[in-house]
Amino acid sequence: MAEFVLRRLLSAIPVLLLVTLIAASIMQLVPGDPAMVIAGSGASDAEVQQVRLALGLDRSFGVRLLEWYGGLLRGDLGQSLLLNRSVTTAIAERLPVTLALAGFALLLTIIIGVPAGIIAALKANTAIDQAVLMLALIGVSVPNFWLSLMLIVAFGVWLEVLPAGGYTPFADDPLGWVRCLILPGISLALLQIGLLARITRATMLEVLRQDYVRTARAKGLPIRMVVGQHALRNVLVPVVTVIGISFGLLLSGSVVIETVYSIPGLGRLLATAIFSRDYPVIQGGLLVTAAMLVLLNLAVDLLYAVIDPRIKHDGRS
Amino acid sequence: MMADPERTSAQPPDPAAVDAPAPHLPRAADTTIWRRLLGHRLFITGVILFGLVLAMALFADLLATAAPEKMNVRARFRTPQWAFLLGTDNYGRDIWSRLLYGSRLSLSIGFAVVLVTGVAGTCIGLLAGYFKRLDGPLMRLMDALMAFPAILLAIAIASALGPSAINAVIALSAVYTPRTARIVRGSVLVVREMDYVQAALASGARHGWVIWRHILPNSMAPLIVQLTFIFAYAVLAESILSFLGVGPPPPTPSWGSMIAEGQAYLREAPLMALFPGIAIALTAMGLNLLGDGLRDVLDPRLKVQHG
Repeated sequence: MAEFVLRRLLSAIPVLLLVTLIAASIMQLVPGDPAMVIAGSGASDAEVQQVRLALGLDRSFGVRLLEWYGGLLRGDLGQSLLLNRSVTTAIAERLPVTLALAGFALLLTIIIGVPAGIIAALKANTAIDQAVLMLALIGVSVPNFWLSLMLIVAFGVWLEVLPAGGYTPFADDPLGWVRCLILPGISLALLQIGLLARITRATMLEVLRQDYVRTARAKGLPIRMVVGQHALRNVLVPVVTVIGISFGLLLSGSVVIETVYSIPGLGRLLATAIFSRDYPVIQGGLLVTAAMLVLLNLAVDLLYAVIDPRIKHDGRS
Repeated sequence: MMADPERTSAQPPDPAAVDAPAPHLPRAADTTIWRRLLGHRLFITGVILFGLVLAMALFADLLATAAPEKMNVRARFRTPQWAFLLGTDNYGRDIWSRLLYGSRLSLSIGFAVVLVTGVAGTCIGLLAGYFKRLDGPLMRLMDALMAFPAILLAIAIASALGPSAINAVIALSAVYTPRTARIVRGSVLVVREMDYVQAALASGARHGWVIWRHILPNSMAPLIVQLTFIFAYAVLAESILSFLGVGPPPPTPSWGSMIAEGQAYLREAPLMALFPGIAIALTAMGLNLLGDGLRDVLDPRLKVQHG
């Protein structure tokens, strides 16, 4: 186990190094003179020169890369071009909001996805089962930004029961906080509810076919007991998997969802930075999200070992 | 289980994981595969849905009732009626006609992404799986690309390169190629150890010939399944790029930018945003059903049990 943890940690290092390299290289993709593109078409020569100096574009890519790694070691991701603060400060301010939204969406995913999957498996090939599979299909097919707009129209504009956007901090008004998270939470969660319901259903069907379940049924144990005592433990594994996957989806989704609902989180920070070509923020944000995902996946892998002792930790990359 | 759009580097221990190696497909089974596909109800539903969207794209010139970019200020915000089947937008442009031409853009970008990720992923996966020395570096690079939230990386790349259809394809291919590369590599690792491959190598066959004749054909089934899902993700992701304004620039009608325009008029004309979203959802649904069907038939080991 200790060896597995160590090997898994070591294998994350080259990936993290490459992640930093990719994040630092994004600006290299800008065609022509990045300083001119970033300053905008109406900028004067002096303004272009100012951007060039601020981004260090007067130096070679190699030098900038070394500086970027030097800053990284000190926990410094540079200065935002527009926000008048450091990238780390900007990210630290926004991250709690995104984590609240992501946590809320994850909660919805688990409390809806798991029961839906279990019920579908128990009622396999009935109308209920079909309905769950249909919901899962809709979840992976509907664009979430569009779903957001439709929910805003229905609940924010027509019914006027929920806020159509904006964010109320928990400290100001706990109820308002929950209310402003409901629509964005549903918009973010739908896809993952579908995924989790499908995985739970498949796992459950697998479990129900096992000999020990048949034995338990044969000795007269009611189905409720069989599910509660034997099957639920096995369903935990996909739940953990989905938490790992979900986080990536949530961070991706939050860029769009936070923009649509005007929620001041990390996603909206990045979206705004992308549109205003604030490259230090873009690079820092990409790096932070990717690093979080790498570490989360590491944690998920380790968690498997705790939940499911059958998983052997040899030869898995 | 359904292939998820944004798999990160976590490897679920589920044996039904999408990365599972390729099964060996005997040629004699070809006719059975067709018969089983035709008997697969959901697959057929997918074929019909996707076929409809494809027909919209192919016959846009015939089906359109107006030029998609023609503005008509006297006919703004019309509700659906005979002259404007799905109504008109804030410039008085015909939404039905714009949807038709938008399908061309969505499907071309989706197909281009499938082509690029298919070819690039196959090359990278073959190299990594066949030549052990390349495996580490190539797959670490793929892991690093997959470590980023997919849409976020695609938006960043597309906006850096500048808004255009080609750049959208480049951005989305960069994001999805690691997925195909991993699948091909997984298949190759299994097939490479097969007796017939070892026999071919022992009898003096060249690497190129072994790859072309044995490894490639036997690695295809899971790749085809995955590419169908990538088509669906690419259509969805392209709509996000267009919605955020880093996709193909106006006035080219694109479903995502139509929704973005509709966002400003949600109160007055919610239909403007409604119809393009339905078009995206139906396209993605058709492709997801196609993918599920292909997986059930081509790759039974990945099957989600239907009871």
